[in-house]
Amino acid sequence: MALQKKKTPMKEQAPEERIKNFKEVPFGYSDKEAVVEAERCLQCKHQPCVEGCPVHVPIPQFIQAVIDGDVVEANQIIKSKNNLPAVCGRVCPQEEQCEDVCVMGIKNEPVAIGRLERYVADYNMERGTDSTSAEEIEKMKVPELEGRKVAVIGAGPAGLTAAADLAKYGLEVTIFEALHETGGVLRYGIPEFRLPKAIVDQEVEAIKELGVDIQLNVVVGKSITVDELFEKGYESLFIGVGAGLPRFLNIPGENLNGVYSANEFLTRVNLMKAFKYPEYKTPVVVKDKVAVVGAGNVAMDAARTAKRLGAEDVYIVYRRAEEQMPARSEEIHHAREEGIEFKLLNNPVAIHGKEGRVSQMECQQMELGEKDDSGRRRPIPIEGSNWMLDLDTVIIAIGQNPNPLLTSNTKDLKTKSWGGIEVNEDQQTSREGVYAGGDVVTGAATVIKAMGAGKTAAENIKNYLLEKSKK
Amino acid sequence: MYEILEKEVLAPTIKKLKVKAPLIAKKTKPGNFIILRVDEKGERIPLTVADYDRKTGVISIIFQEVGYSTKLLGKMDKGDQIQDIVGPLGHHIDLEGYEKVVLLGGGSGTALLYPKVRGFYEQGAEVISITGARTKNLIILEEELEKYSDRLFIATDDGSYGHHGFVTDILKDLLEKEDDIDLVVAIGPVPMMKAVADLTKEYGVETIVSLNTIMVDGTGMCGACRVTVGGERKFTCVDGPAFDAHQVDFNELMNRLNFYQNEEDLVYDTAVEEDN
Ligand SMILES: Cc1cc2nc3c(=O)[nH]c(=O)nc-3n(C[C@H](O)[C@H](O)[C@H](O)COP(=O)(O)OP(=O)(O)OC[C@H]3O[C@@H](n4cnc5c(N)ncnc54)[C@H](O)[C@@H]3O)c2cc1C
Ligand SMILES: Cc1cc2nc3c(=O)[nH]c(=O)nc-3n(C[C@H](O)[C@H](O)[C@H](O)COP(=O)(O)OP(=O)(O)OC[C@H]3O[C@@H](n4cnc5c(N)ncnc54)[C@H](O)[C@@H]3O)c2cc1C
Ligand code: SF4
Ligand code: SF4
Ligand code: FES
Repeated sequence: MALQKKKTPMKEQAPEERIKNFKEVPFGYSDKEAVVEAERCLQCKHQPCVEGCPVHVPIPQFIQAVIDGDVVEANQIIKSKNNLPAVCGRVCPQEEQCEDVCVMGIKNEPVAIGRLERYVADYNMERGTDSTSAEEIEKMKVPELEGRKVAVIGAGPAGLTAAADLAKYGLEVTIFEALHETGGVLRYGIPEFRLPKAIVDQEVEAIKELGVDIQLNVVVGKSITVDELFEKGYESLFIGVGAGLPRFLNIPGENLNGVYSANEFLTRVNLMKAFKYPEYKTPVVVKDKVAVVGAGNVAMDAARTAKRLGAEDVYIVYRRAEEQMPARSEEIHHAREEGIEFKLLNNPVAIHGKEGRVSQMECQQMELGEKDDSGRRRPIPIEGSNWMLDLDTVIIAIGQNPNPLLTSNTKDLKTKSWGGIEVNEDQQTSREGVYAGGDVVTGAATVIKAMGAGKTAAENIKNYLLEKSKK
Repeated sequence: MYEILEKEVLAPTIKKLKVKAPLIAKKTKPGNFIILRVDEKGERIPLTVADYDRKTGVISIIFQEVGYSTKLLGKMDKGDQIQDIVGPLGHHIDLEGYEKVVLLGGGSGTALLYPKVRGFYEQGAEVISITGARTKNLIILEEELEKYSDRLFIATDDGSYGHHGFVTDILKDLLEKEDDIDLVVAIGPVPMMKAVADLTKEYGVETIVSLNTIMVDGTGMCGACRVTVGGERKFTCVDGPAFDAHQVDFNELMNRLNFYQNEEDLVYDTAVEEDN
């Protein structure tokens, strides 16, 4: 049989339909499509794809299990490295990771590893066969650790992953989360149409089944401090509080009504369910013309959300060019299909208002100059090119920094100039027994990297506690 | 879930609830606030911790029913459960180093003021409290303020109780006569705080206001609560809620508070329909 050159397509909602709802865009593979795609894998001996995955999912092995029709086994294989496959299958930037180095991708399209991972996870979730097997848990258990207490701060992907592994080692794990829901960015940032919240719920349920206790509405640093956690008998801590502090442009007019940070906009819609307003009581206002400043995943999510809330014209305003947009190509593609307009090489210089509300954004056109430190060609303003974009709403999506709430209330925790927590290669911070990982260490990054850090930290916390009890 | 242990109606639209929240009671200091969600579909609304008892783990909140969420909260009773409460949030006010303090509360702002009145009093400062409202039956916490103030003044817009006029009239009088006031604290509607700030600026007296911006998370994550203070962007929830009154851009604050006016009315109207 001739090799199928392209990825097996995944059916999805038509653009004109999906901009009217918040349902997930792609439908996922059928059993048959999954096997067809799985058979494209060459089962390479040197497995470059596994190296490309930040948590080293045994990719050819799980794909083989799919071919063999043992999708339950496939799930256990993935879960040995990745606690949240249903999430990663959907939101991992696979094109830069596992699929980027896939051998099939040299001449043809790479194997659709992400889609297969999603298929396996969904298959098992639907059938209730997604719990980590009792044998696997038994295998990981460390008898000396049983019943000893550790705390995890933040219930985003980093914290959830760390908590799951720590629980599997036999530790008594408590997660403290500031918000009234778990999931971190998976809950408040990434929209329903890209990551259904029912999936986050199921992943969290699975973690609870491992015996993890989750305490919501606890802001560590305010409700309770790191020192107090130690006093309460937690022997080690993992900090995974993310990078939640929104950046603004620092241009005139940014505090006008109708200007949102992407965090606020997405939190209102996702966490507070403003898209079901007025049934849910938190409002969000977009009106007809919306500009989103920035071109990362966050910007695409905000733009596509605004469209679904009924905005007529939605623009992405970005000061660099097409090739430099940091969002995943799939997201840019989906945004284009949904009619989002791209105003590239344009830098906002001021927001103008009428009666306290946004009415226009003044943009200056840019051209590309020499390469800068990041290796990207630097945008340079074109004199006298300012122009006005009529708007009702502006959403600023130019990145986030680590939130200083916890670090500024914790002694002896070293941070970098931009606020990130300093750690060594074991994810250990400057304080004994305190580990950190995810966006709070790296700055805004990816779900899978946050999970990888959580996993590494969990393992080192285990080693630390074993060492400690020897002393 | 957080159980309501006691409910008291202080004025027709101003209510006080005592709620079991041990972690918060243990850490609160004057000036801190909480964010609560009445139920599963509710907004996250910020309210000041009016009182706290570290031993019993009980906190009190006092609120004015102004819109949907506060009305819904006002309907709750002893034994009912509040879905979520998180806190204490924000910076507490530093009480030390002041000898003579004037504290002004307007309307339900008095509820926010009360813990500070008590704090300064217990710290040993001379405390002069001024509370004002539209009319007599909206004056709240008179007894409590009396207890923790060296002097208490009352003003009503309609003259039905105390001074006929604004709280600022009384403040002006005090500033004229007494030149040893080292701090003024004002909490209430924005126009009132702005008036106080303008007045004390003339007399060069340090003044603190507590800002009641719109909030979502209360942890510095969303920026909904941003205000301009001294020309810089501040997040009320983590940098405040108290700020130097002479540096606050009150016009911007007033504008931002009105952002959701139409939407709030919509929720309110829908809710009223559901009730009928
Ligand atoms: C809109 C958006 C879209 C994205 N899209 C993608 C994508 O497609 N693919 C991808 O790989 N990545 C994406 N990312 C990035 C990814 O979501 C993050 O890198 C990842 O969530 C980081 O995980 P984390 O666990 O470090 O932090 P977070 O997910 O930020 O979780 C941190 C948690 O800690 C809690 N917390 C904070 N402070 C405290 C405290 N003091 N006490 C207790 N709890 C606290 C927070 O409330 C939060 O729940 C996106 C990000 C955003 C915002
Ligand atoms: C740090 C902080 C502490 C607070 N402490 C208290 C307190 O102890 N007691 C108390 O009664 N209130 C307090 N508030 C104000 C309280 O949060 C609001 O009254 C409440 O959110 C209104 O919700 P709602 O749904 O009932 O009204 P909405 O329907 O949201 O609003 C109804 C009307 O009130 C206006 N409004 C909305 N939000 C505010 C606001 N934050 N301040 C003033 N007007 C507003 C709207 O423009 C509208 O006209 C505090 C606010 C902050 C930021
Ligand atoms: S976790 Fe992400 S990078 Fe790793 S195999 Fe799955 S999709 Fe690829
Ligand atoms: S590199 Fe590609 S083809 Fe080779 S084993 Fe991995 S997924 Fe299969
Ligand atoms: S309320 Fe969200 S940053 Fe202050």
